[in-house]
Amino acid sequence: MDIITALTIFVLAVFVGFEIITKVPPTLHTPLMSGSNAISGITLVGALLAGKGIIGGFFALLAIIFATLNVVGGFMVTHRMLEMFKKKD
Amino acid sequence: MIDQLLSIPILAQAAGELADKVPEIAEQASEVVESATADVVSQIAPNAPLLRDVGYLVAAILFILGIKGMTHPRTAVRGNLLGGIGMLVAVIVTLVSGGVSWALVIIGIAAGTAGGAWLAKEVQMTQMPQLVALFNGFGGIASVLVAAAEVLKGFDETDVAIAGFAAGLTGLIGSVTFTGSLVAAGKLHELPQFKQPWSFNGQQPVSAALLAIGLVLTWGLADGSGWEYFFVVVLSMALGYLLVTPIGGADMPVVIALLNSYSGLAAAAAGFVISNNVLIIAGSLVGASGLILCSIMCKAMNRSLTNVLFGKMEPSGESASADEVYEGKIKSTSADEVAMMLDGVQRVVIVPGYGLAVAQAQHVVRELATLLENAGVTVEYAIHPVAGRMPGHMNVLLAEADVPYDQLKEMDEVNPTFAQCDVAIVIGANDVVNPVANTDPSSPIAGMPILNVHEARTVVMIKRSLSPGFAGIPNPLFAADNCLMLFGDGKQALVDLVAALKEN
Repeated sequence: MDIITALTIFVLAVFVGFEIITKVPPTLHTPLMSGSNAISGITLVGALLAGKGIIGGFFALLAIIFATLNVVGGFMVTHRMLEMFKKKD
Repeated sequence: MIDQLLSIPILAQAAGELADKVPEIAEQASEVVESATADVVSQIAPNAPLLRDVGYLVAAILFILGIKGMTHPRTAVRGNLLGGIGMLVAVIVTLVSGGVSWALVIIGIAAGTAGGAWLAKEVQMTQMPQLVALFNGFGGIASVLVAAAEVLKGFDETDVAIAGFAAGLTGLIGSVTFTGSLVAAGKLHELPQFKQPWSFNGQQPVSAALLAIGLVLTWGLADGSGWEYFFVVVLSMALGYLLVTPIGGADMPVVIALLNSYSGLAAAAAGFVISNNVLIIAGSLVGASGLILCSIMCKAMNRSLTNVLFGKMEPSGESASADEVYEGKIKSTSADEVAMMLDGVQRVVIVPGYGLAVAQAQHVVRELATLLENAGVTVEYAIHPVAGRMPGHMNVLLAEADVPYDQLKEMDEVNPTFAQCDVAIVIGANDVVNPVANTDPSSPIAGMPILNVHEARTVVMIKRSLSPGFAGIPNPLFAADNCLMLFGDGKQALVDLVAALKEN
């Protein structure tokens, strides 16, 4: 992938992000933060593919652990919070 | 019969001949299988990256739809699930497309899942800010490690310059996020080591120097050498620590929003290192989200980001002294009096501040509101954007206490209605209801958006003492004609009030 394609994707995604996130009401800002935080654990995909050799493998293992903590913990805690908002519907 | 018997040796002979041919047949068969497999592989192989990229596209779409779901409490649960499914899709297509070390993957995912699930289950809602800070830090360090593994492996991308430079940025942003988040989490958790803002003379030039060296080394990484990477990481870890330690607890909402943004940007930078679209997309979405929240928080405090990060909030010498403002004008009240006053009113607005969360009084507040509602009173909650320790924190705390979200009113929505409010009950909030922000341009909080509780017919301030808030200035509201002070611990005062209401 050449750098211009990557940059294009980056910039467009930032714009999409700005557009949707400005519409999130303040009531949901904490779940938004923990949920988007879980999404930033996408670096897990990179961690799964990383790691050759002993040191590289060690780094990869640590990366997988931290990223999974981020992803699983983030989505679960967000779910827990949102359930509290939902049940009064 | 005889014919048949005669045929046996012939058959046997044929069988023997066949048996001789078995190895040959087996060889041919395996050749067929091999060539077929090779065919399949050669057909799939060019498609495997395609399949994976389509999976990533699906994941990216799910992330966007997921965040879109967050725009309303009704759709938010589904939105979060969509985000989770997106993550699952991204992980599965990565695993299926091959090239992973399964032992590492299984151990890593098992450990991470166990830890993450435990943290998510055990955390109390008041501890949410430090948990989010901690998760930010984990995301940051994961990106740093991914880039580190990539640096060790040597970049196999065609464009070494870009991969190297992006790796440097990942190391820089990710490491700042990691140590910065750990310090922020420590401060939010009120660990004694981090409780006081800490700084030394010349800290800012040192930070600036670290950042400059980090950037130069990052630039140096563009030649594909790699050794600079580990220096970048060490320097940036020190930088993250130095940037967050001087910042006080009241400014933490801004800091964690900013670190949230950084953790996204670190993931996006890691995406540039390994040429992976889904990392770039998801990372930049989160980067944008954190920045927006950060700017909302800054506006709510009427401060610029630079001022929060590098400035100090100093009480101006011009403002009136506490004695002048309060002298002889403070009217103290009791729970019984307030209970009597609440009898027969139309509309009550409760203004919760962080003091309420500290006192863990959100459940008692809910009890008070239920009592009033049963008596036919309209009850609403006015939430200032910086009421909690992170954006939207107070809403979560009240939702936990079963307050319906449609009673939670934002500042802009509730401010024009205070004139039609019989009683405003302010619990553990001070600066955010200080009318000086609107009236005195020389005040340190001048221009800060406030909740206009002073427009209510009666204001009840539940507060321990007349001590100032974070801004360190007296609040003329306390001395206003329509304001009654109910002195005491927030929770105890509310418990007394509830008891008094029940007696009436």
